[in-house]
Amino acid sequence: MTEKLAATLILLADGDDVLVAARDLDAGTHRTSAGGTAIVRESVRLGHKVAARDIAKGERVMRAGMSIGSATSAVLVGEWVHTHNLASDYIATFAHRGGER
Amino acid sequence: MTAAAASRGTVLGYARSDGRVGIRDVVAVVYLVECARLVAEAVAAGRDEVHVIGFGGCYPSSYAQQMLERLCTHPNVGAVALVSLGCEGFDREHLAEVVAASGRPVTTLVIQQTGGTRATVAAGRAWIDGVRARPAATRTVPLGLADLVVGTICGGSDGTSGITANPVVGRVFDRLVAAGGTAVFEETGELIGCEQHMASRAVTPELGAEIVARVEKAATYYAAMGHGSFAPGNAEGGLTTLEEKSLGAYTKSGAGPIHGLVTPGQLIPGPGLYLLDVVPEGAPRWGFPNINDNAEIAELIACGSHVVLFTTGRGSVVGSAISPVVKICANPETYRRMSEDMDVDAGRILEGRDGIDDVAGEVLDLLHEVAGGRPTASEDLGHREFVLTYKSSEAAGPSCLPMA
Repeated sequence: MTEKLAATLILLADGDDVLVAARDLDAGTHRTSAGGTAIVRESVRLGHKVAARDIAKGERVMRAGMSIGSATSAVLVGEWVHTHNLASDYIATFAHRGGER
Repeated sequence: MTAAAASRGTVLGYARSDGRVGIRDVVAVVYLVECARLVAEAVAAGRDEVHVIGFGGCYPSSYAQQMLERLCTHPNVGAVALVSLGCEGFDREHLAEVVAASGRPVTTLVIQQTGGTRATVAAGRAWIDGVRARPAATRTVPLGLADLVVGTICGGSDGTSGITANPVVGRVFDRLVAAGGTAVFEETGELIGCEQHMASRAVTPELGAEIVARVEKAATYYAAMGHGSFAPGNAEGGLTTLEEKSLGAYTKSGAGPIHGLVTPGQLIPGPGLYLLDVVPEGAPRWGFPNINDNAEIAELIACGSHVVLFTTGRGSVVGSAISPVVKICANPETYRRMSEDMDVDAGRILEGRDGIDDVAGEVLDLLHEVAGGRPTASEDLGHREFVLTYKSSEAAGPSCLPMA
């Protein structure tokens, strides 16, 4: 990854299931680092993730080519992916108020 | 390589009797029980390059003994003053012998024998005046990247850490090791989920198997503690699971072969890329392996790190006693809010203002300058944090050190 990133949604590896927000984003259509566009269904903050495709409950979710856990509910493309719909396959995450904003 | 890197001048370090080269000449004032800490702090107060480290416990700890022996004979340390209350369990005689054998000036101030607080502070300050008056402490040895041991840690990580600052450190490590230097990353509890990939980078299958086993040990240990190495701020910053935090942290290790694995208090035996396994062997005792970032920084330094690259997304402000900490900020918004505490703005990668290699080149140039004496942001602000708690540690065996 030597190229400069200017997109607002970053696809870290081909085949990833999530896109990472490069700045705070409102719902709408945004440019991706893969050269296309993607729909974001709700506002997300810098560093947070949205689904790059529809994800079924129980599916492994890939970021940067590695699994970051399994979906605990069905996730639609463009939805925010966080502690409310994704859980570790190793050890539960400890967070205040579910790690919300 | 950037133009600035190509034109780097020679920098000088401090010669030490074991052949290692120091980049700072710190007088360490070491309290050997909490009861002696205030006296140690008063001995050091107001002096440049006089740092307080120590151990608070009254009962003996072979881990704390080993850590303080390594830290007091670290190449960045030029002289050592031990401050003992007098009745604690710490083996102060042995620590003093180890320091003396390294050729460093050492004194032991026992508060109960010296006449209490005021008399011990006065004796300690007079001793430091004497050490500082000697002409020995000058930079004489040319040093380059090949002479440096560089540690890395991430603290206050968020969703940007694994995209900007951590890959920057990975690129720095690749170039440092290619130049003959030594790089050390940690920690097994923050690499849960990356073990198979790490094993594929090990220089021998035996080392790969050790790495997998030690990450499994870390997962078991943290499960017994109730939760993993994951703070609420990580989730607020966009990280959802331990393995997501892990894969971001893992990018600090770069792409090259992993040459070995060490445990806290074990010196890194030679150049290359090393993993520091901070999780004790056996059933969990003493609580969390490391209670905070500074406990880990102290272990990276005890392994020989001259300088520590600290990546942060949420915005940590800490530095360390003994070795400078270079703060690499992953998040552009955090950088704008806390720029005085940061050395490097890696968040600009997210805004398309620079690429990972550009920022890695800046970090390598900065490492060179810091080695030559330029203070880091946290040094400038007076951050000298130090934490050492009860723990156990066993030296890693030959299968972990195939290059030794």
